[in-house]
Amino acid sequence: MSDQAVTHDTPHAPPQSGRQWTPQHELVKKSLGRRHAAEKRFRAAGMSAVLFGLAMVALLFVTIFAKGIPAFWQATFNIPVYFDPEIVKVEPRPQAQPGETPAQLRDRDLAWQTQVTMVNWNRVIENALIEHLPEAASKRPLVRRLVTSGERFGLRDMFVANPELLGQRVTLRLLADANVDVWLKGNIDRDLPDSQQQLPPEVRQWADALYERGVIEMKFSTSLFMNPDSRSSLASAGLAGAIMGSLYMMLIVILIAVPVGVASAIYLEEYAPRNKFTDLIEVNINNLAAVPSIIFGLLGAAVFINWFKMPLSAPIVGGLVLSLMTLPTVIIATRSTLKAIPPSIRQAALGIGASKTQTIFHHVLPLALPGILTGAIIGVAQAIGETAPLLLIGMSAFVASVPATPFDQATALPVQIYLWQGNELRNFFEARTSAAIVVLLAVMISMNALAILLRKRFEQRW
Amino acid sequence: MDNWIMIGALLVLMGFAYQFGVLRSRSVAAGGAVRMHSRPGYYGLLVALWCGLPALAVFLLWSMIEPSMIRSVVIEQLPPEVAALDGNQINVILRRVESIASGFGVSDQPAAYELAAAARVSELQGTGRMSMIALMAALAVGGLVFTLRRISPALRARNKVESVVQTLLIICSTIAILTTIGIVLSMLGEAMRFFQFVNPVDFFFGTVWNPRFSTVGSGDQGQFGLLPLLWGTIMVSIVALLIAVPVGLMTAIYMAEYAPGWLRSVAKPVIEVLAGIPTIVYGFFALVTVGPFFHGLGLAVGLDIRTTSALTAGVVMGIMIIPFVSSLSDDIITQVPRAMRDGSLGLGATKAETIRNVVLPAALPGIVGAFLLAASRAIGETMIVVLAAGNSPVLHANPFEAVSTVTVTIVNQLTGDLDFASPQSLVAFALGLTLFVITLALNVVALYIVRKYREQYE
Repeated sequence: MSDQAVTHDTPHAPPQSGRQWTPQHELVKKSLGRRHAAEKRFRAAGMSAVLFGLAMVALLFVTIFAKGIPAFWQATFNIPVYFDPEIVKVEPRPQAQPGETPAQLRDRDLAWQTQVTMVNWNRVIENALIEHLPEAASKRPLVRRLVTSGERFGLRDMFVANPELLGQRVTLRLLADANVDVWLKGNIDRDLPDSQQQLPPEVRQWADALYERGVIEMKFSTSLFMNPDSRSSLASAGLAGAIMGSLYMMLIVILIAVPVGVASAIYLEEYAPRNKFTDLIEVNINNLAAVPSIIFGLLGAAVFINWFKMPLSAPIVGGLVLSLMTLPTVIIATRSTLKAIPPSIRQAALGIGASKTQTIFHHVLPLALPGILTGAIIGVAQAIGETAPLLLIGMSAFVASVPATPFDQATALPVQIYLWQGNELRNFFEARTSAAIVVLLAVMISMNALAILLRKRFEQRW
Repeated sequence: MDNWIMIGALLVLMGFAYQFGVLRSRSVAAGGAVRMHSRPGYYGLLVALWCGLPALAVFLLWSMIEPSMIRSVVIEQLPPEVAALDGNQINVILRRVESIASGFGVSDQPAAYELAAAARVSELQGTGRMSMIALMAALAVGGLVFTLRRISPALRARNKVESVVQTLLIICSTIAILTTIGIVLSMLGEAMRFFQFVNPVDFFFGTVWNPRFSTVGSGDQGQFGLLPLLWGTIMVSIVALLIAVPVGLMTAIYMAEYAPGWLRSVAKPVIEVLAGIPTIVYGFFALVTVGPFFHGLGLAVGLDIRTTSALTAGVVMGIMIIPFVSSLSDDIITQVPRAMRDGSLGLGATKAETIRNVVLPAALPGIVGAFLLAASRAIGETMIVVLAAGNSPVLHANPFEAVSTVTVTIVNQLTGDLDFASPQSLVAFALGLTLFVITLALNVVALYIVRKYREQYE
């Protein structure tokens, strides 16, 4: 478009010989400067609009990645922990006895686990820390604040899984408390007066000292991916539950929205007669694609939860809602791909005696497959980034476990982001939320890249 | 798990049925001596469908009906004083009964009636399961044998299979319609229930939004005035469109008319990345970056700009819909025929003059359509305003103050416990209905305009 055809740069030249120099020429010549300036301004406006768009993309990614990437590394203690029999005083784990129902065995086992939970695991951790901080022996409540509170349950779970640890010394990685992490990373102003600091001065000193000695290190935070959400132990709050929830929902969308969408696109594009009814379906699908996502959430709340009494917060409900939401996207993408397949292919197949169904399934669909896949992937990517409808079907509930089936309570990645951004400990969770966003964006970008790759690889021009 | 095994078994059986059908049709064809109506695969498919579909239908129906049947039988059998308990306690007992019946046991000593009920449950479940399996097997084998025997040169297997396929396709394409019907019915139904509590006039024309959570019997229902929310929505959308429409339109013009090929091929996809980013990310961006920026800017020039305000939410939403406006307008501008441009350029107009006086007027209907679609997108957007608009449902015209919107209020009223009996929850559906009607109207008009415009130049 921006090519040579524009010739109005030349009129500056004096009029050709043989033509009269008229006052009109004078007028045009006078206005030319103004008109060219207007042209330049217009062009600059266009350029700056494009630059604004590009700058916004850059700003968005830079701010989020700058905050998020450091949060993948977390302050972690690397210290030997002694499972002191003086502190860990429990009986051996109960075994099944003859004549006992599974329910009774479970009850005894639960009683034993309660006993293990009652052990003063904090003391075990404190002792491990005091080995490195002899001066802190008299200030146990402060020492405790160095390590995140969830680690005592980590020790308990380790012990439940392997009771032979009793009396042994094991070098473990323990997550530092969220506030220690914030302090060491400088995410809080280090010059603030004591009254505004989250940690007492001693704890800050110890943290610095241990960091210098290498007892605390910034380690890649596996807990971010392996742990479910947590409210009591903020440093170990992770995305495992959300990732599983999103994965289940993605699976459901792939299993429902993609086949149903492709099937209805095939029907509408290839079989359906042109009449009022199919027009209605067509208008309906176009409108459905533009219905705000939150309306689908209301639909889910009213139909799936209130009428069908499906469980709140379950990925199955979320998946169904997202499937309905994605359906129009898949239908529209598939239809436009089918439209792009030239009619000559159909005519050739029909001409040598194939039936309509054979023509479509043997000849048209294979050619349309890359386009359909591309559309489906983009639709699924859109679905897993969606938040609003999930809030309405109860997926914003706090869930501290990883869902084992699509019928268990769960949350999703975008919902987890929503929950984390509202956490009171802003200094810690701003970074952690950004890290969660980085994960979400990475998932979405890789899906979109896959779609682009498919399109590039298999694109056919007719 | 058992169910999956049964489905798996059925699928395996269908596989065998297919093979049987193929073999049988080959033997009927006698090595090409007899001319069959369809190719062997279709006979195989027909046998497989007859074998699988009826059994599957029985399985689905049975799984839907069986639990409630067993439940009612067991409740009938409970002693009268137990059966008279309320729903929740009955549920607890039934759960205990079930866990005894499954052999897992309960930790304390079960009561005699529980044991009896459990015995009955396991008996019922056993017979139910056996009869279901028997029925399914009978249907599957019956269908298989029946169809196998029907295979003959005259059997129009292909047509039958194809009509099954077509029926499935039709069923799938009605799901989109069912979704719309579901949306309309559920919104209308719940909104009607809301209007039993609150007068529609008070809702649509009320200027105060204050939905107190009433205590039972106080009769105090709070005020549900839509106007402050609607005004907040409009204010945020206006800010968004003030950003998105000029930037989007100029981007489209530059891309379509000026940009060299390399810039177009780089910048277009990059800007379209904006459309693929989840809205929650924009919300977070607004909250931690844009909001504080505007706040600081306000301090610098002596204005009081709240961190979460209509301005913050609107600007970020505007950024979000830039690619939406630009790609729609781009399509429309490139559809304006070349001849119109050439005519104008030939008369000596500059490129900018051509665009302003020829291309844009010609593209105007399409651009209006794009504008309306963008407006509908802005009105329905949720997460950005939830995070960045500040949630203050008060009628005011200051974009630097916090506002609340229809979508924010839907989220606020419907998160947490869902209670479908109080106006505080039900109002979400009335709001949803309003939102649905507004966006639907905008979309219908916009799609109509865009379609008319396309026809004009095709």
